[in-house]
Amino acid sequence: MKIVATKSQKTKISMSGAAALVNCLIREGVETLFGYPGGAIMPVYDALFDQKEKIKHIMTRHEQGATHAAQGFARVSGKVGVCLATSGPGATNLITGLADAQLDSTPLVCITGQVPGKMIGSDAFQETDIVSISMAVTKWNIQVTKAKDIPAAVAKAFYIARSGKPGPVLVDITKDAQFEKAEFENYETCDQIRSYVPNPKLNEEALDQAAALINSARKPLILFGHGVLLSNAKKEFEDFVEKTGIPAAWTIMGLSALPTSHPLNVGMLGMHGNYAPNILTNECDVLIAVGMRFDDRVTGDVSRYAKQAKVIHLEIDPAEINKNVEADVPVLGNCKESLKALLDKVNENQHDQWLARFNELNAQEDEKVIKDELNPRADEPMSMGEVIKHISHISRGNAIIVTDVGQHQMVAQRYYEYANWKSNVTSGGLGTMGFALPAAIGAKFAAPHRQVIAVIGDGGFQMTIQELGVIFETKVDVKILLLNNEYLGMVRQWQDMFFEKRYSSVDMVNPDFQMIAKGYGIESEKVTEREKLEDSIHSFLSHEGSCLLEVMVGKENNIFPMIPTGASVSEIRLE
Amino acid sequence: MKEQFTISIYTENLIGILHRVTTIFTRRHINIESITASESEVKDIHRYTLVVSSTEDQIKKIVKQIEKQVDVFKAFYHKNDGIVYQEMALYKMPTKLLSQTKEVEYIVRKHHARLLAVEPDFTIIEKTGFKEETQELFEQLKPHGILEFVRSGRISISKPMKEFQEYFTEVEEASRL
Ligand SMILES: Cc1ncc(C[n+]2csc(CCOP(=O)(O)OP(=O)(O)O)c2C)c(N)n1
Repeated sequence: MKIVATKSQKTKISMSGAAALVNCLIREGVETLFGYPGGAIMPVYDALFDQKEKIKHIMTRHEQGATHAAQGFARVSGKVGVCLATSGPGATNLITGLADAQLDSTPLVCITGQVPGKMIGSDAFQETDIVSISMAVTKWNIQVTKAKDIPAAVAKAFYIARSGKPGPVLVDITKDAQFEKAEFENYETCDQIRSYVPNPKLNEEALDQAAALINSARKPLILFGHGVLLSNAKKEFEDFVEKTGIPAAWTIMGLSALPTSHPLNVGMLGMHGNYAPNILTNECDVLIAVGMRFDDRVTGDVSRYAKQAKVIHLEIDPAEINKNVEADVPVLGNCKESLKALLDKVNENQHDQWLARFNELNAQEDEKVIKDELNPRADEPMSMGEVIKHISHISRGNAIIVTDVGQHQMVAQRYYEYANWKSNVTSGGLGTMGFALPAAIGAKFAAPHRQVIAVIGDGGFQMTIQELGVIFETKVDVKILLLNNEYLGMVRQWQDMFFEKRYSSVDMVNPDFQMIAKGYGIESEKVTEREKLEDSIHSFLSHEGSCLLEVMVGKENNIFPMIPTGASVSEIRLE
Repeated sequence: MKEQFTISIYTENLIGILHRVTTIFTRRHINIESITASESEVKDIHRYTLVVSSTEDQIKKIVKQIEKQVDVFKAFYHKNDGIVYQEMALYKMPTKLLSQTKEVEYIVRKHHARLLAVEPDFTIIEKTGFKEETQELFEQLKPHGILEFVRSGRISISKPMKEFQEYFTEVEEASRL
């Protein structure tokens, strides 16, 4: 390395673009990244070799795994998740993770290698136009073809990924730019882009209107989503709920922002949510949506959604206002700030009678659904609900639960009693099967001192099962709970309910999961009888290091309540 | 109800933004009827003008999605009565047609079109106006033999007096918050 003193006395260091990139990552505070090497990203891997002490690279077994691991990492740590991939097939393998992160507003920076600049457009070996391909699933992306442009692109990428409504960003760097030597000055982080307004300014008038509505409401309901977690509004949100005494229901992205046992936490919204908050959405007089985006899985038929209510929408992204549900009072801004400002303006209140309505409906759901799901009769097969009940109980609600997609996801989220903040990691918007195993690995790297439990179905497990290799190699302690119903359960349930039980391609011919785990050096146990369930969960959770617990659950159990697609939330079915 | 809207978008002059903007329309199955892009009155800031037909409700949402793009400063939409707009058309015809009969010359004059270039083989006629006007000239010249015809996208300026410079300053200030 050659150090050159310039006229301005700024230190300039000559190095390759790849080395500069790695330096930038270190300057951004990146200590762990996930990726997979290949020809077009080799200079970066070479530069990482020099910085092994400062930056730990986790080689996943597939680039999709790298994105989900980075997502798990980001969701638990609150930092930006970082991925590396080579050009062509490496880059295209990132697409599912990018799309997932885009819908769930997860900050990611993905760095891809690209063929040398002079070969671009020639259909060179492993050339794909990843910038065009990823445009629809990124918050921003860029191609860099000159070494000297790398630091500014990286700085911008990190700023965009984590600011405002967070999201995934892709930086594609040509191989010649990675090799090229240039003189670099001290790295400067980016904290402003002149065309980009990440944090809209709070509007006093809107806050006053919102407060007036809240203060005069007789049957108000809070809906909370990911925004509460993303903006770190733990205290502000709890204070707001407690001061106003308003019942609060969550979207699956908002889960764990308020402890499950909180007296004002009235449960889950949407398709497989709880009966009371869904029914009462269509009876409340004021709906206060906090950092959530009225996804169709939450609203059902929007034309019959909360029509009687005045809607207050606390939201950072102007494009979300009136997108799905018309807001009477839009409160633009980071919801931590909006909640803080609102807190001074709202009255202390209680809504006992209104809360009693929730309890009444909850009792109905308990009677019709929950009791049986959590305590099946002795002659019935094990239910997913009872497994989660024990997991919740034995871990005292303290674990980070990472779920895959399907019936087990809904059950885990309904029945795990989350005691702690930022403890639910799931693929909410995209519903990506194969998410949980790599995401759990990422979550554990982000929170090594917390227990991480991945809850996965037999279908989704096999979508990214190769990531067991990461556990094998790194000894990362992830507990894998496999709920095996030998079906693609959620699809089978739909075929059962809406396609006259014509079970088309949902039967899973499964391998011996014990043997697979063994191949990766992971201990495992399989439970087929209820008598052994509790003990097995005890030893599963207290096992040192990663292990797999496979539980054979009822093959044709369905998940209720359910709002059929296209129905109104108040048409939620208990059976 | 579907109507015609003109959308003006101010962006950084960077590769790829036009693509990001147009996919917002394609994803919603909205056909872009015309598009022009050029440098604006502010240095380094580009302006796109797009014409589309849709409902106002949909256009409002689209404009927000466009503004959501990191490198976009501002996007506006207008109905046709809120703007002054023009398009330009070029018509290529065999020169001998013009020398043989007075008919073509007569049509050109009547439409206040002008001759842009006269070469031994071909002549280029230019007309600026509303689409209906340039189309009408096309219809009248067509029987005489048009070799080539091209019409530009719409360019438009809004009637309200607030200048983009003001928005630009507002956005720049807000980005610093
Ligand atoms: C990548 C991907 N492909 C397909 C689907 C559609 N899908 C949703 S749930 C589901 C079944 C999941 O089955 P399993 O993993 O066994 O979990 P279970 O529902 O039985 O708990 C399928 C196929 C999906 N969500 N993601």
